[in-house]
Amino acid sequence: MTVKLDAKMPTGALAQKWDKHRFEMKLVNPANKRKYSIIIVGSGLAGGAAAATLSELGYDVKCFCFQDSPRRAHSIAAQGGINAAKNYQNDGDSIYRLFYDTIKGGDFRAREGNVYRLAQLSVNIIDQCVAQGVPFAREYGGLLANRSFGGAQVSRTFYARGQTGQQLLLGAYQALERQVARGGVKMFPRTEMLDLVVIDGRARGIITRDLVTGAIESHVADAVVLGTGGYGNVFFLSTNAQGTNATAIWRAYKRGAAFANPCFTQIHPTCIPVSGEYQSKLTLMSESLRNDGRVWVPIKAGDKRAAADIPETDRDYFLERKYPSFGNLAPRDIASRNAKEVCDEGRGVGESGLGVYLDFSDAIKRLGADVIRERYGNLFEMYQRITDENPYQVPMRIYPAVHYTMGGLWVDYNLMSNVDGLHVIGEANFSDHGAYRLGASALMQGLADGYFILPNTLGHYLASNKLDKVDDSHPAFREARTAVDERTNRFLSINGKRTVASFHRELGKVVWDYCGMSRNEAGLRLALEKIPQLRAEFWRDVNVPGSAAELNQALERAGRVADFMELAELMCIDALHRTESCGGHFREESQTPEGEALRDDANFTYAAAWEFAGEGKAPVLNREPLLFENVKLSQRSYK
Amino acid sequence: MATGRGFYRSLVGKKIVMGVTGLIWVGFVVGHAAGNLLVFRGPEALNSYSHFLKSTGELLWIVRAVLVVALVLHVIAAVQVTRQSRAARPVGYAKQEHQAATFASRTMRWGGALLLVFIVLHILHFTTGTVRPAGSFSTTDVYANMVTSFRIWWVAFFYVTSMAALGFHLFHGAWSSVRSIGVSPVSADPLKKKVSLGLALFLWLAFTAIPVAIFAGLIG
Amino acid sequence: MNLTLHVWRQAGPDAPGKMVRYEANDISPDMSFLEMLDVVNERLTAEGETPIAFDHDCREGICGACGLMINGIAHGPEKGTATCQLHMRSFSDGAAIYIEPWRARAFPVIRDLAVDRSSLDRIIQAGGFITAATGGSQDANAILVPKENVDDAMDSAACIGCGACAAACPNASASLFTAAKITHLGLLPQGQPERYRRALSMVGRMDLEGFGSCTLHGECQEACPKEISIDTITRMNRDFLRASVTGGRE
Repeated sequence: MTVKLDAKMPTGALAQKWDKHRFEMKLVNPANKRKYSIIIVGSGLAGGAAAATLSELGYDVKCFCFQDSPRRAHSIAAQGGINAAKNYQNDGDSIYRLFYDTIKGGDFRAREGNVYRLAQLSVNIIDQCVAQGVPFAREYGGLLANRSFGGAQVSRTFYARGQTGQQLLLGAYQALERQVARGGVKMFPRTEMLDLVVIDGRARGIITRDLVTGAIESHVADAVVLGTGGYGNVFFLSTNAQGTNATAIWRAYKRGAAFANPCFTQIHPTCIPVSGEYQSKLTLMSESLRNDGRVWVPIKAGDKRAAADIPETDRDYFLERKYPSFGNLAPRDIASRNAKEVCDEGRGVGESGLGVYLDFSDAIKRLGADVIRERYGNLFEMYQRITDENPYQVPMRIYPAVHYTMGGLWVDYNLMSNVDGLHVIGEANFSDHGAYRLGASALMQGLADGYFILPNTLGHYLASNKLDKVDDSHPAFREARTAVDERTNRFLSINGKRTVASFHRELGKVVWDYCGMSRNEAGLRLALEKIPQLRAEFWRDVNVPGSAAELNQALERAGRVADFMELAELMCIDALHRTESCGGHFREESQTPEGEALRDDANFTYAAAWEFAGEGKAPVLNREPLLFENVKLSQRSYK
Repeated sequence: MATGRGFYRSLVGKKIVMGVTGLIWVGFVVGHAAGNLLVFRGPEALNSYSHFLKSTGELLWIVRAVLVVALVLHVIAAVQVTRQSRAARPVGYAKQEHQAATFASRTMRWGGALLLVFIVLHILHFTTGTVRPAGSFSTTDVYANMVTSFRIWWVAFFYVTSMAALGFHLFHGAWSSVRSIGVSPVSADPLKKKVSLGLALFLWLAFTAIPVAIFAGLIG
Repeated sequence: MNLTLHVWRQAGPDAPGKMVRYEANDISPDMSFLEMLDVVNERLTAEGETPIAFDHDCREGICGACGLMINGIAHGPEKGTATCQLHMRSFSDGAAIYIEPWRARAFPVIRDLAVDRSSLDRIIQAGGFITAATGGSQDANAILVPKENVDDAMDSAACIGCGACAAACPNASASLFTAAKITHLGLLPQGQPERYRRALSMVGRMDLEGFGSCTLHGECQEACPKEISIDTITRMNRDFLRASVTGGRE
């Protein structure tokens, strides 16, 4: 049986859709809001903002996060900034331009209506955040400052030093804590969602594990919202936090929610290169660095001279050369792929040869070290702390790393999945970025979903549906709890030889090699052989020490890695089926003569929403055709 | 909303009380040191200064009352703050390396206790004459009281030791008081305590010079 | 490099704990401190022992989850560096390293090196926010904020809530944490309406949580991975004093 994918896109002109929809949506009587209980899993920009806002509206909210405090959600690590179509710089920006840039950046694989709404709301987000006290950078006159950011030719990015995500998250966190104090939100930190409970086709609750005591608990609600972030940690090495995981969305997938475009992953071009086998994560250097840094490698392969000893004539500023109008600011996927290309040619720098230079010496000459320090001081310090090299003196070395996942649970215009009542927001859904996300738009999407979209659409769902009373003695809850218990006990009873981390590392390598920056049929087929083998070995030979009734970090990780093992397979299936190249998904079989991504609009202008068909069965592909009524599909060019 | 009790109930309130009372005592000690230095100008200068102070009548008693009240508040707040702070860390570290705390900041409590003992003995010694290490005490000849007492080695030693404690207490206390009461300006290097160091050094030198000079026979 | 670790092990909140000695061999100087612990944990797991529990997440110094007392110094020997950003090149071969959890009544140990810092969340709940419900805000550029003010506010807003200030404080005081938020919001025009009410309630909450008193040792500023200045504490005290005099009204 295939699921019905109705995007519920409002009719009418693009610019009027959201207004019209807001008018047409049903409202919950203010006095009745407190009678509705809402579960929100995740406390980042999307989840935290949604929890705070829904509580402000009067709903009874429970919010869950696996971290010890909602303030630690991984949104906090976003560095560069947040886009908004304010046109404060008078440089030709508009809502339509932001919309167009985002659609084009996503390589025409996102819904027009969703993206336009995102661009419209971007303006409100900045107003809201400033009202909360987010200390965005300002000019001497007191007005807000902007900078341009990867893939955009206007300055529309608002930022708070290199800690924009932190400041936006703290704004949402503080609003959330205000609601916790008021009693509108009950917060469950150090609690992980392990299953979704669906009753009569509607999401009615979740099963959680208290990570301190190990207690498995049932939580009942009228609606469930997942704001649990992306699944980049499938690659083991990524810029994501160690705890970031796909368990919540994967459990929802296995309960019937369609998973859309899982192969659309973002590789970020400016990360610190890998230095050793023990490495646990990759550190992103904000893309804003590309505003002043110039990317280059030696012209000759195998040139092992120190950067300073390589004269201008022996350097290849490959982004400036190939993309004269965007230069070093070419979009992330293009910058990443080009970096990989020059390294594959043997021109990479650093010990491993997997790195390119990001050189600030011209900018320092032109602007002075103080200006550069003012702009990027904390990033330079971070780089030096990790690499022991001073980027004021020697060029940084960077290499692409997994950063973001555009794919996620399929949602309609109301951010509701195909499972009634299950809403998915932020990076966890697939909605707005298509096949590639431009810089400074993840924060925008998370907050648009959390502050402005979900609080409206969730009310509409509650007001339009009659929900029966259920409690946790319902068979569906009992069944889910039992399943969680069994799974937990299974991990602990394997008593194998290999650690969870070693499986994770091996899985990551497979996915990176065959479903990373570029993909081809043979590689993907190989990965689809290797992953099930590895998964079988995992369930046979993993060693999870300790017990279930205590803080057990190995057990937590085992559950997450087990889900990654399954998700990785779905990613490869999706990547294999999409024989076109688009955005972050580069199929080697589908490229232009110049080696750029070549889309196949005739056959692939759709979102691929995969449906779980049962253990051991191939997932079912559902297609949501993407209609472009306002923009003309064009070859993405940044020349 | 904070009433006076609410204010004092909080640790910040207590610290503000300690800061204000501490600064009152800093002011007093500076004046006291300046007066005492008259000993170097001979018996007449010191004795007439002492006579002048006593002639102020009620004013002197007001000052004394303020000082006593300030001291009592300072000590009570210190005891309460210390108890709450000790309770704030029931299990200590196996190893702790201080990065910024100074000898002065870490000895505020013990040094303060020593100073309290000193103040009581000092009043019994020079103000009331209850304790007479030299056997004699004159209500008019302060100079003679000083000289006879500080010729005794253990009296001189007690004063010198106590004044070292005063110096340390003031070095941290004068600086931290203005921060506790929130009046210190923003600083690029907030841990630098130049003014406080100067003040502490001056007071320590002034108060130490007297017993040392007398014991060494340079005065009297 | 080879190291000798002395690590606090405690099976649960109410279990007794003790320092346990481990050998960490073949450690690369390019590893982060937490990666070194990962290596030790991998070995412990392989040997059938319980791995060491410690909080960590982003591993890039911004989430504030990690925090260890390393050789008696909160976050270890490098200034302005969170534990996850500390690298093993800061230690010499053969060194002995003492690793302990944050110690404070307000930070009870959950297991080994992981502590409960929810007290910091409750301090924020007491008033560490600007009341601005979603929607209804004016245009962002309608509020002018001098660059200097916003820069100073940002210095304080950089707090990652790791708790190192209280852990390093000889009095286990959370003054720097509380003052950083009071300063961030108090320096901005948006924060003015609640400025004095905020100072009163956040300071009150800090005491209720069982933190100690600030005696201005300055340890917090040295321990802070974001190098937040104790000037913020002066500002908090000033706001508190003023609030106490005016009863929280302007």
